[in-house]
Amino acid sequence: MATVELSGHPAVRTATGLPMLKLGFWVFLGSETLFFGSLISAYMVYKHESVVGPYSHELLNIPLTSVSTFVLLMSSLAMVLALDNVQRGSRRWGPFWIAMTAALGSLFLGFQAYEFTHFYHEGLTLQTNLFGSSFFVLTGFHGAHVTIGVLWLLLLLVQALRGQLPPGKALQLEVAGLYWHFVDVVWIAIFTLVYLIE
Amino acid sequence: MALSEAYPEPQPQEAGVHGTEPGHAHAGWKTYVVVGVILTVITALEVAIFYIPALHGVMVPILLALSGAKFFIVALWYMHLKYDSRLFSQVFFAPLSLAVLVVIGMVMLFKVLPGLR
Repeated sequence: MATVELSGHPAVRTATGLPMLKLGFWVFLGSETLFFGSLISAYMVYKHESVVGPYSHELLNIPLTSVSTFVLLMSSLAMVLALDNVQRGSRRWGPFWIAMTAALGSLFLGFQAYEFTHFYHEGLTLQTNLFGSSFFVLTGFHGAHVTIGVLWLLLLLVQALRGQLPPGKALQLEVAGLYWHFVDVVWIAIFTLVYLIE
Repeated sequence: MALSEAYPEPQPQEAGVHGTEPGHAHAGWKTYVVVGVILTVITALEVAIFYIPALHGVMVPILLALSGAKFFIVALWYMHLKYDSRLFSQVFFAPLSLAVLVVIGMVMLFKVLPGLR
């Protein structure tokens, strides 16, 4: 196993010559696809099996969710621009785009909180029916992932503002970016399978 | 053959490509913005298709294709799989393929096959 010094911070590499942190994180993301695949399967099987309402077609708000989907897509663009600027050593635009990503992620969570609250007032809870159980578990776990991503980004923002995120340590932001984009691609699947396809 | 020879990191191939380490290349901001516009257009298309009654018969395959296109665009450009070592693609797409098979299998088992009896 080789160790390469990057601006005083060792990036441990595997026998493949690739950074261990990045390779390990890709393996983690691979396992996450199976996690969300299971939740999506459960939703697809159960969504039309409810014996009492409210039902999915009565509640799902496509215009609202389309806007929140756009917000999450734009947060992915902000994330990749943040990485681009940090790798180029921009002390101004790196933190700006990290903050923008966290802000758009928070806005997405706001949309989700509004949707969950609205569904609750319409009588849908985790215990109401199979649609409610499978919907809240799937989108709730996705929302939890977004929340973790926002907190992670805020920690990196503090580091960047303190000047502790130079180009040599951009791998930290790149891995956070991989996580953020993964959360985005999971939502791409959820938006189609849960909201658009009845 | 050493593993590092089997999975070489790709070298920069286009103008404007840069990275933190030698050979660690990815696209520039212009490419990212273009990709963002493409993703927005595809999302708008998806929503439009949802509201066109004439397309409801073919809506499911079209939406799945558009969703798959968005998924791969984000993975290839924003997650840099297009530019990074192909080992990253393998460790991600192998379990992803299994996850897709699980979803298809479950839907076939509980939704499609019972209706055929």
